Amino acid sequence: MAMLQVTDLKVNYGVIPALKGISFEVGEGEVIALIGANGAGKTTTLHTLTGLIQAASGKIEFEGKDITRVPAHKIVTMGMAHVPEGRHVFPDMTVYQNLMLGAFTRRDRAEIDANLEMVYSHFPRLKEREKQVAGTLSGGEQQMLAMGRALMSNPKIILMDEPSMGLSPIYVNEIFDIIGKVSSEGVTVLLVEQNAKKALTIADRAYVLETGTISTSGRAADLLHDDAIRKAYLGE
Amino acid sequence: MVTLIENLINGLSMGSIYAIIAIGYTMVYGIAKMLNFAHGDIIMVGSYAAFILISTMGLPVPAGILASVVICLCLGILIEKIAYKPLRNAGSPLAVLITAIGVSYFLQNGAMLVFGSNTKSFTSVIPAQIQTLQIGPFQVKGIAVVSILTSLVLVGILQVFINRTRPGQAMLACSQDRAAASLMGISVNNTITLTFAIGSAMAAIAGVLMCSYSPALTPTTGAMPGIKAFTAAVFGGIGSIPGAMVGGLVLGIIEQLSKYYISQQVSDAIVFGVLIVILLVKPTGLFGKVIQEKV
Ligand SMILES: Nc1ncnc2c1ncn2[C@@H]1O[C@H](COP(=O)(O)OP(=O)(O)O)[C@@H](O)[C@H]1O
Ligand SMILES: [Mg+2]
Repeated sequence: MAMLQVTDLKVNYGVIPALKGISFEVGEGEVIALIGANGAGKTTTLHTLTGLIQAASGKIEFEGKDITRVPAHKIVTMGMAHVPEGRHVFPDMTVYQNLMLGAFTRRDRAEIDANLEMVYSHFPRLKEREKQVAGTLSGGEQQMLAMGRALMSNPKIILMDEPSMGLSPIYVNEIFDIIGKVSSEGVTVLLVEQNAKKALTIADRAYVLETGTISTSGRAADLLHDDAIRKAYLGE
Repeated sequence: MVTLIENLINGLSMGSIYAIIAIGYTMVYGIAKMLNFAHGDIIMVGSYAAFILISTMGLPVPAGILASVVICLCLGILIEKIAYKPLRNAGSPLAVLITAIGVSYFLQNGAMLVFGSNTKSFTSVIPAQIQTLQIGPFQVKGIAVVSILTSLVLVGILQVFINRTRPGQAMLACSQDRAAASLMGISVNNTITLTFAIGSAMAAIAGVLMCSYSPALTPTTGAMPGIKAFTAAVFGGIGSIPGAMVGGLVLGIIEQLSKYYISQQVSDAIVFGVLIVILLVKPTGLFGKVIQEKV
């Protein structure tokens, strides 16, 4: 069975359906892209996976356990980390304090320190700015911090919501390089992106979300050459 | 000159009591994002508890204070669980505000029912030998010194707690971004409960100090100090602990000086007048931040 298995997931905001019964799976070690237009339901999907929103029906299984009703604060200890859309760093805390909050549920000091070194090796800029207050970082640096903070929980799977949003091209490349590195270290990745081209280049497989339903799925390399996808999402 | 300094010390000590209350107000606001208008009435409950335990039942003072702290702490948790938590995701801040006002009346009327509406005379917790102290040329009330010291110690403990412990960091995280905090594995519900517990425990201490200052204890004893502490919290920038501290102290001093030099009757009007002026000049309060979105 896949590491993450989502079956017929339905989510509503009040009476308005946002997800109309989606199913997908993420295998261990894979990089999965979830692409789709603005408002398709990508963020809603990730929020529901980590318990920030309750599903109306359907099932979410992680490593064989039903986590559909598990509250958000218990998800991270199971090995699932979420880098939310818009970064959501703690603005009045330093970079270091933000990273330490990423390790909030962990107790082993030596392991946390080793993890911190790993994060700093991925993001040397965070180390340079260790004592800087997060609210004063640039958008790209905040994105790095949000990713680093998620990695501090030593996750098995990391969910990323539009990590390239609003960033300059240099930062976008850097962020995607790091996603590749994180994946090569064995962390499973579920990547939500509007930058479909970049996402499909890095992903193994992809799902296309269209107003609350999955319209297409397949190998990322194939989708990259699919005419309909190219037209709708790659602007070609 | 001597009277001025004595007045300043008195103002400072009333101010440190306001500060203790205001910190509870501001912490609850910062973390639960609600104005707990029943906060002042917790002070009253704490004072009655201390009064009954110490004056009527004859418990030693430290034990009586400790017990009243525990009672208020439990009451704070209970109020949060029963009255506020069910409304947390109701989406209307107004519903919570109105509930808080309801809780305030409930506590006042409950106290009237249990203790009657006649004024009780609270016995000061300060030993008779140090009721008044002569420090150099200044004559100072013992309770003034005790109040100032107590508030300093409480603020010190709170600072260490917030900056050095895991629950403290969880409180900070929740005050800045609840959703992100829960993604870190922090239970927002537990953190809010803890905040109410701490705020209410501090209110109990404030109640004991206040009634040792002016012993008249009635079911509405907590109302005015509650409003003043709220004012102090807004003055300092609601949500900010240093702001609440400074706000409380400044408010206490303004109140005392206007009582002594202008008029006993209009001192409250002056206090609130100064607040209005400050908020006109700086709407976010002394330490308040302009909330800005970063994209
Ligand atoms: N908090 C909310 N309340 C009501 N509707 C919402 C809320 N959040 C998102 N929606 C709606 O749900 C749909 C999916 O939104 P979202 O998951 O944010 O899309 P995406 O991340 O793909 O841009 C949109 O139509 C959006 O307007
Ligand atoms: Mg989105």
